[in-house]
Amino acid sequence: MTESTDAISALTVEHPSPGKKYYPPFQPTAALEKEAKEYVSMYPEGKELSAVLPIIHMIQGKFGYICPESMSWIAQQCKCTEIHVAGIVSFYPGIRTRCPGKWHIRVCHTIACALSGGEELIGYICEKLGIDPKELSGDEPMGISPDGLWSIEPVECLANCGFGPNLMVNDTLYSQMDKEKVDKLLAEYAEKA
Amino acid sequence: MSDIIYKPGHEPHPRETRRIFRNIDRVGYTPSIDSFIKDGGYETLKKVIKTEPASIIDEVKKSGLRGRGGAGFPTGVKWTFIPKGNTKPVYLICNCDESEPGTFKDRFIVHQDPHQLLEGMIIACYAVQAHYAIIYMREEFPEAAKIMRTALKEAEQHHFLGKNILGSGYDLRIILHRGAGAYICGEETGLINSIEGVRPYPRIKPPFFPAAIGLYGCPTIVNNVESLCQVRQVLMRGGEAYATDGAQRSPGTRIIGVSGDVKRPGYYEIISGSITYGELLYDLCGGPREGRTFKAIIPGGASAKVMSCTEVLKGRNPDGSVRKMSIFDVPMDLDSIAQHGSMSGSGGVIVMDDSRSMPEMLRNLNRFFAWESCGQCTPCREGNPWMLKLSERICAGKAAPEDVDLLKSVADNICGRTVCAFGEACSWPVQAFTTKFREEFLAKTQPINALKPHNPETAEARKFLSRED
Ligand SMILES: Cc1cc2nc3c(=O)[nH]c(=O)nc-3n(C[C@H](O)[C@H](O)[C@H](O)COP(=O)(O)O)c2cc1C
Ligand code: SF4
Ligand code: FES
Repeated sequence: MTESTDAISALTVEHPSPGKKYYPPFQPTAALEKEAKEYVSMYPEGKELSAVLPIIHMIQGKFGYICPESMSWIAQQCKCTEIHVAGIVSFYPGIRTRCPGKWHIRVCHTIACALSGGEELIGYICEKLGIDPKELSGDEPMGISPDGLWSIEPVECLANCGFGPNLMVNDTLYSQMDKEKVDKLLAEYAEKA
Repeated sequence: MSDIIYKPGHEPHPRETRRIFRNIDRVGYTPSIDSFIKDGGYETLKKVIKTEPASIIDEVKKSGLRGRGGAGFPTGVKWTFIPKGNTKPVYLICNCDESEPGTFKDRFIVHQDPHQLLEGMIIACYAVQAHYAIIYMREEFPEAAKIMRTALKEAEQHHFLGKNILGSGYDLRIILHRGAGAYICGEETGLINSIEGVRPYPRIKPPFFPAAIGLYGCPTIVNNVESLCQVRQVLMRGGEAYATDGAQRSPGTRIIGVSGDVKRPGYYEIISGSITYGELLYDLCGGPREGRTFKAIIPGGASAKVMSCTEVLKGRNPDGSVRKMSIFDVPMDLDSIAQHGSMSGSGGVIVMDDSRSMPEMLRNLNRFFAWESCGQCTPCREGNPWMLKLSERICAGKAAPEDVDLLKSVADNICGRTVCAFGEACSWPVQAFTTKFREEFLAKTQPINALKPHNPETAEARKFLSRED
């Protein structure tokens, strides 16, 4: 990590991650720009700024996270400053500035899931994947396995509270989990890799 | 209806009345528009689009429908707050952020019956004459986002959306906007800022509510997913008929989500006020787990005040005399529980049995609120991590008895002093837990802890004052 000298560089730092090998590096292309324009066109005239979140989602979906170069590119698409994009990126828990693993696991640890064992599952998964649970604190809590295949993030309520513990692997929700089911699930995903 | 077959293990309880959740877990029902139309979908829209928008608002006002997002504000009344003689565009936003812990109802609507929401939303948009509307959906519903995008296309192909809807001359465009994992985006003004593309800090209100100055400075109506589905029910049944169902001041059905320590957690759609909390937990949910008894209930999402199952509440007999009752005797409508100091909010009921430690429960909630505070107001931003520290210290057995009072006083000093209702949401649980389960908190503390430093720096500074024990 480089020493940052001003606010913008402090917020736009490239973080190392073993997960990067599973995602293409960010590259601004004409196709990407076209897609961004489509998002901008969803909003009323002159409200390009509203497209900032959809465009961030698009970039994160394709490249895994929001890297400093993509921030300035997003700023151009939305006709705003880079620091504005950095302000948005740093606000939302769902937006990452570090590349996750190929399989990103989000485990709910809020009250209803905690009542059914969600908090314990986090420790269990960390142990299985060789992730240091200490990484799950701070502003952007996320632990990545050394091989970059997995990452884990504790999240707040996933709105499926009656059927906890809940977790998501990338875009898929798994409910009523326990250690055995987690073992099976991880094995299945390891196979897919 | 007898012709509906539900998936095995998902059959509604006989005491349920499935209206909004009629098609949830239904055999052969898909999120496609065909399923919905076969079930009578969009007929209500066809009927009301020929009437005056004002008459729809009247109907909704007559129905007494109250919002299902948490605050329970009368929907029809909210719609009339759009300033008279307004010349700016009007926007309608469907709040599908569903982030209040314990709440899980909107999820099933948008995953399994998206057109029900769309029909309700189109009717609502027509009523307030909005030509542009947004579904604000939390990012953690990626499947639902796909389903909803397909549903929007289907509705457009069938001329329920787009230009000149069903030949009425009315135009409407609905787009999907996704959040990014922040609870505060459920608060309507935070949500509006999120759509505007700035940090989702809630805005100060009053004097200006979104219905007067909202998205892009224009009148904006924000309604919850379930509320908009209820709007469809109102127009389907007629306002007066709707108003006669269930509790007088909060008519209609309600979707209750039960989580935690019961035999059958899940969702239940009931006529408002038709059952009590006791009936819900013992009959519908099958009672406590084997060998356990109920200890505490959070009746309306994580921010509602916890109710102890042993606390004695004062009820009124029809003749006006006072009688003793417990939480189990309180009917499940919007107001009854409010008389006993809590709220029924978004309908998320979280149940804890006698195996649970209350300080642990509060610690979990404190962590949620400390993480989710948007940071705009000092009491909320600084108070929540402080409360978390205190409850962690209590759980770890490192707190002094005074810390319990300190914890409560921090909460007392947050609520009422913030921009948005998050300030109340985060302090109510603390106030209720530390008051109602005070003994349990105190039992985890020791007076000697008052003399012990909490971190290495103070330990160093105070090393001559304290003694190793
Ligand atoms: C901190 C906070 C979080 C909220 N989260 C939600 C939410 O997730 N979903 C929702 O529908 N309403 C939520 N609300 C309530 C909304 O501000 C708003 O009152 C509601 O969407 C209005 O819809 P209704 O009138 O149909 O109930 C929240 C309010 C606060 C203060
Ligand atoms: S009360 Fe909390 S969440 Fe609400 S605006 Fe203030 S700091 Fe943000
Ligand atoms: S508490 Fe885990 S899904 Fe709601």
